[in-house]
Amino acid sequence: MRKGDLSAFLLLIFLIAVLPIFSGSPYTLTVGIFSGINAIVAIGLCILMGFAGQVSLGQAGFYGIGAYVSSVLSVHAGFPIVVSMIFAMVVAAFAAAILAVPALRLKGHYLAVATLGFGEIIYVILNEWGPGGPSGFGDIPHFNLFGYTIDSTKGHFYLVWGLVAVVMFFSINLIHSRTGRALRAVHDSEIACNAMGLDVAALKIKVFILSAVYAALAGSLYAHYVTFISPSSFSLFYSILVLMMVIVGGITNVWGAIIGAVVITVLPELLRRFEELDVLVYGLILTLSLIFFRKGLVPILIERIKKLRGFAVVKH
Amino acid sequence: MQFLFSGLTVGAVYALVGIGFNITYNATSIINLAQGEFVVIGGLMMWFFSESLKLPFFVSVALTLVTAGLVGLLMERLTIKPLKNPDLLLMIMITIAVSIVLRGVLMFYFGKDPYVYPAFTEGEPLSIYGAIIQQQTLWVIGITGLCIIALFFFFKKTIIGKAMLACAVNPTAAQLVGINVSRMVMLSFILSAMVGAIGGMAITPISLMEYDKGPMLAVKGFCAAIMGGLGSNRGAVLGGFIIGILESMTAGYIHSGLKDAVALIILLLILFFKPAGLFVSKAMLQLRKF
Amino acid sequence: MKKATGKLFVVLVAALSVFLLFGNAFAKEPYKIGALFAVTGPASFLGEPEKNTALMLQEQINKAGGINGHPLEIIIEDTKSEESTAVLSAKKLLESDKVLAIIGPSTTGESMALVPILNTAATPLLSCAAGAPITQPVKDRPWIFKTPQYDLSAAEAIYGYMKKQGISKVGIITISTGFGDAGKKALLEMAPKYSITIVAEEKYGPKDSDMTTQLTKIKAAGAQAVINWSVGPGQVIVTKNWHALKMGIPLYQSHGWGSKKNIELAGKAAEGVIAPLGRLVVWEKIPDKHPQKALLKKYTQDYEARYKSEPGTFGGHAYDSIMMIVEALKKVGPDKKKMRDYIEKNIKNWPGTGGIFTMSPEDHCGLDKNAFEMVVVKNGDWEILK
Repeated sequence: MRKGDLSAFLLLIFLIAVLPIFSGSPYTLTVGIFSGINAIVAIGLCILMGFAGQVSLGQAGFYGIGAYVSSVLSVHAGFPIVVSMIFAMVVAAFAAAILAVPALRLKGHYLAVATLGFGEIIYVILNEWGPGGPSGFGDIPHFNLFGYTIDSTKGHFYLVWGLVAVVMFFSINLIHSRTGRALRAVHDSEIACNAMGLDVAALKIKVFILSAVYAALAGSLYAHYVTFISPSSFSLFYSILVLMMVIVGGITNVWGAIIGAVVITVLPELLRRFEELDVLVYGLILTLSLIFFRKGLVPILIERIKKLRGFAVVKH
Repeated sequence: MQFLFSGLTVGAVYALVGIGFNITYNATSIINLAQGEFVVIGGLMMWFFSESLKLPFFVSVALTLVTAGLVGLLMERLTIKPLKNPDLLLMIMITIAVSIVLRGVLMFYFGKDPYVYPAFTEGEPLSIYGAIIQQQTLWVIGITGLCIIALFFFFKKTIIGKAMLACAVNPTAAQLVGINVSRMVMLSFILSAMVGAIGGMAITPISLMEYDKGPMLAVKGFCAAIMGGLGSNRGAVLGGFIIGILESMTAGYIHSGLKDAVALIILLLILFFKPAGLFVSKAMLQLRKF
Repeated sequence: MKKATGKLFVVLVAALSVFLLFGNAFAKEPYKIGALFAVTGPASFLGEPEKNTALMLQEQINKAGGINGHPLEIIIEDTKSEESTAVLSAKKLLESDKVLAIIGPSTTGESMALVPILNTAATPLLSCAAGAPITQPVKDRPWIFKTPQYDLSAAEAIYGYMKKQGISKVGIITISTGFGDAGKKALLEMAPKYSITIVAEEKYGPKDSDMTTQLTKIKAAGAQAVINWSVGPGQVIVTKNWHALKMGIPLYQSHGWGSKKNIELAGKAAEGVIAPLGRLVVWEKIPDKHPQKALLKKYTQDYEARYKSEPGTFGGHAYDSIMMIVEALKKVGPDKKKMRDYIEKNIKNWPGTGGIFTMSPEDHCGLDKNAFEMVVVKNGDWEILK
């Protein structure tokens, strides 16, 4: 991988290892865990949007599928957790494939609405037929592998962020591979790609499935951490939240997804002091940052660093 | 029969929201996801003027419209205008962010309680073919109809209306012929805010209004607009009523838990098979920026 | 000169220290309690009165000298009606603020998410949510209590009254949220016990505007009465629809109906609507000798004076939770285990806003159907049915 990505990756590993030692407070670690779970979903969406150029307002649907399938299999069918999680990802992949084939022929607003519709339909299904209905269900087992159960906050932190690192590694390699370059070409001009013989449709579908799989993975992590799930966590609101994370972090750079996820997860915690006004302040911060930092935090940061170094800044 | 009337009631509001989307879209190619909040503003401000300040009916209506228009204006000036050449995604996010801010403000001033005020005409519900329909529902449908006719004349017959349409199709060309594009954009936001507010004002006596009704209305109204074809007001109206009636029929004949899903499924089917919507041709679809 | 100044300085410092130590009436450590309420989000109709109650009680208790001289500090966090936020907030309260107990949260879903956390942290949780699974089975949830009545009890109160009226066929319409779902389950479970047949089950969403379709179906199925189980504007809309449809069969509501605001919003449509309500809502109408009357009167009047609105049933749940903890603190001091044991063993025939509580090792809620009065709306006001 490229030099910049490699150093960022090493920094990530370092931070993951060190943070629990420096700030062992379970509260901080819990915030970190939720950030990590959100980051995984965001990374998937970032690849879909930034590189394949497709909008999705339905990630909560895949997130929910991941959570519910994994939970139901491990609670009611007694499957080992790892197996349930893999099943969850497979189911999400199927759902994504079924949706992608007709949906990816659409563009712009229409694609956004189609994914939104999908997310909402999943929500209604979960609310109506999901185990426990709107009240949700609990007693979901914690993650365990070969008899070793993770039930401490620190353990979950390492698990989640370890997976974030794995996902990042995979994603970065994907972006710099032939497939990744093909993706970026699709983003820039589909017509040109078609002219060159790239199977654009197949590519878009594959990326869509990938983003769904990431979301499902995150969903199952969520379920096995909180041990209680209900449909309200998987609504349109969450889809929009993930979208914000990607945009705030910067669509053009996958690292942006992690930064965006952390920022958006941490922000409400910092705003607690505002009590009644926190929704308002949250909205204001979001609006202002979208207007003034619209490229996203990471690209802007990189531009600043490059300027400092004296390199010419080349617009993407 | 009763199901039909129930569907018409909610459908009318969806239709008005859909029209609001179309107005903004027609002038600017932007989808304003804060559209639902204008409906809420309409209902809550109407309560404020008529119940809290005890102003006469027509004065309250006028003031509510002015307030809504102002909010639309502010939104446009503060968040849309400063951006140069925004892309689709950014616009979606910004309008969502603004809707959060608006909700926050409404929550702050009005709290989380529902509000209601008396219907426009007092009286018992009418009975038609054995089903009852409330008088207010007739008002809602009637007002929606009036709006459609008024807007039709506006866009097709007046200079300003035609100018607005021109801006969406090709802003550069519009500027070349002397249209002040920036002012048109501003007007479109004001107008769509007012249309949304009208919907809110009409529906509150039947179904009350609280600060967070916005997002659900925005989603359904948006679906209505897309179903009918983005940009076509006739389409939005039909889309709105179709969604409302479908919901009602599903609840009535199939299973009430499913009704939200049905509208969405139909929407998806239309998107997959006739994405331009029911009233817009495929050619028009290609012309659009987004 | 230097010596004199030095002495003066020491005297001043000593005087200052003495003043600081004893001049302050609250020289003692504050007792910290955490509170998790859904102040914003879809369940804010629960969280807001709960938060207001907490603030009011904190002030009243501290004005009266605190708990055995220790000031009471209630640290309130907003869960935004979200389970993950509830989890985060609980962790913050337990670890950063090191609270002795947690009051709330407002909804069943959030409470369920917190059960494992509070059990592991060996800290008492006094939930303000109604779901039975929160405290059952008690042996798995020794640290968890709740103060709202069981939904099952409310269902029983309704059915008991219906049986007396000779009603046997009922249609139910519920909101598709946790609250409505829990009510539906309770209604279905209790029906056979009272020989009630449920002929129709309908649902609606929290932001729906019109329920005439569902009500029409219920009438068509041959119901002799309609039970609506929801909170929020849905209750009012159903009431208005029921009235407009001239259904001819009585409308019963859940205990979420207990707010004068609902009567106000529904207008004349509310006449004749029956519901099982906690005595907090109808305190003016209960006999003076009733053990709950005095505290209900004081609470309601204090709340209305301060906040210009009624506390409602939900504010009362926070009242009960807080007062139980306060009593435990008074009697056994800031020891989590002792507090837990106290509540389990010593809260017997304890008058609160929700009813008269009797906790036990088998029942961490302490209320049954006698916590309710059957109330009808007459002439825009409540009237207790005999």
